[in-house]
Amino acid sequence: MVGLRMARLRLGLEYLGGITLLTGRAARALLTPPWEWDLILYQMNVLGVQSLSIVLIASTFIGMVLAIQGAYALEAFGAKLYVGEAVTISMVRELAPVLISLMVGGRVGAGITAEIGSMNVTEQIDAMRAMGADPVRKLVVPRFIAFFFMLPTLVLIADAMGVIGGWIISYFQLRIAGRFYVIHAFRLLTFHDIFSGLGKTFVFAAFIVLIGCFNGMKTEGGADGVGRSTTGTVVVSSIVILISNFFLTKLFLVF
Amino acid sequence: MQPFIEYKGIRKSFGDNKVLRGVDLAVAPGESLVILGGSGSGKSVMLKLAIGLLESDGGSIFVEGQEVTGYTEAEWMEVRRKITYVFQWGALFDSMSVFDNVAFPLREQRLCDEKEVARRVGEKLEVVGLQGTERLSPADLSGGMRKRVALARAIVAEPRCILYDEPTSGLDPVTADTINRLIRRLQKMLGVTSVIVTHDIQSMFRVGDRVAFLYEGRMAFVGTPEEARKTDNPVLRGFIEGRSLDEREP
Repeated sequence: MVGLRMARLRLGLEYLGGITLLTGRAARALLTPPWEWDLILYQMNVLGVQSLSIVLIASTFIGMVLAIQGAYALEAFGAKLYVGEAVTISMVRELAPVLISLMVGGRVGAGITAEIGSMNVTEQIDAMRAMGADPVRKLVVPRFIAFFFMLPTLVLIADAMGVIGGWIISYFQLRIAGRFYVIHAFRLLTFHDIFSGLGKTFVFAAFIVLIGCFNGMKTEGGADGVGRSTTGTVVVSSIVILISNFFLTKLFLVF
Repeated sequence: MQPFIEYKGIRKSFGDNKVLRGVDLAVAPGESLVILGGSGSGKSVMLKLAIGLLESDGGSIFVEGQEVTGYTEAEWMEVRRKITYVFQWGALFDSMSVFDNVAFPLREQRLCDEKEVARRVGEKLEVVGLQGTERLSPADLSGGMRKRVALARAIVAEPRCILYDEPTSGLDPVTADTINRLIRRLQKMLGVTSVIVTHDIQSMFRVGDRVAFLYEGRMAFVGTPEEARKTDNPVLRGFIEGRSLDEREP
């Protein structure tokens, strides 16, 4: 029993050590030319633009549900008219950054691990090294830069769509004047709300890409191994997002 | 003559599995050496050690007299300009066309401009008999074609040594023979040193100037294919004749 715990602890520490080493190598490659601009643009499309549809759908419906639930709760205080504030603040500060990071992170992290993992088991990463290329520079850095900028952009779009979703419910179901909703939606919103929401997503993006790439690069054992690594990425990145969100929320409240 | 690659007392384990237990082997410049051995005997590991894709647990490796054991990834880059590797299943990049796959080493090592890249890629694809396939994706190719593209990619930067990992495995006998002829032709045409890992006896006789037989982590035999044919080493004899040492009837 003790042996098993020690083995698990060792595996955990090896995992953390591996991710730290990869982060260091990625940081070194990130700060030194040449940068693969064509690969970065390609990854911006794959990781960002191709995630747009799920962001649009998810955030609109999240905003709609927020408006329904907000109105239900506020009605008890006779404050149903102020649903705009509730939707906007909840969406911008917390729901869009976390839920969109979880959703897009699942899609992107799983995709990265599956692709790099398949490359690893078919010796494509070894082939890259054998031909004088650095796999971290070729595979990790373009994905890191692309997603580091695309995730906050997607969350910003999700913020806007969430507010629009809230407007749809308040106008058509709650019968609140559209102009009234819009004025109230932005009345209490401050730059700090946007900053604290978006600030987190830069950290989430870094976690998602590094976990996805690391799991891909350590994949062994054919299709079965790729499946296990991909599942691992979704589980680990989701947990890391939720835990780091707690600490980042505390941190942003200080500033 | 100074060997092109030399292994001295090389040891390598994976967990409790001791794959190489003190391998000594010298590959002469310009020769075609076949490393023969059963599945899982450590043949591919020997090739990967020679270009730093794996690290040995003990012993030394020399490339053109220079000790490369313990090299950093940046130092290996220099070695990898001299020695290229043809992977067992080709290891072509799925996301790239045949042209981009073959052009990869030239672009990565920034050896020439795009016009020269196009010329060299076309030339090497012609050498392997695949002209006109530039725009195809690796998924569109048969097993034999993939190996030929991998060969074109290995020779495009004009290396001085090519390491072949099971170049004929998974191919029908006719395609395997085409690959063997190609290996021989490349050796003659480019004057490169070739190390071919295989368990295919036909390949051994077809492409080898010398044969090294790896058994239980050590070199059990090193000699010419003719000497291998006449050997009294029971394990190698059994291997060449395709006969198990276990004489019991099933």
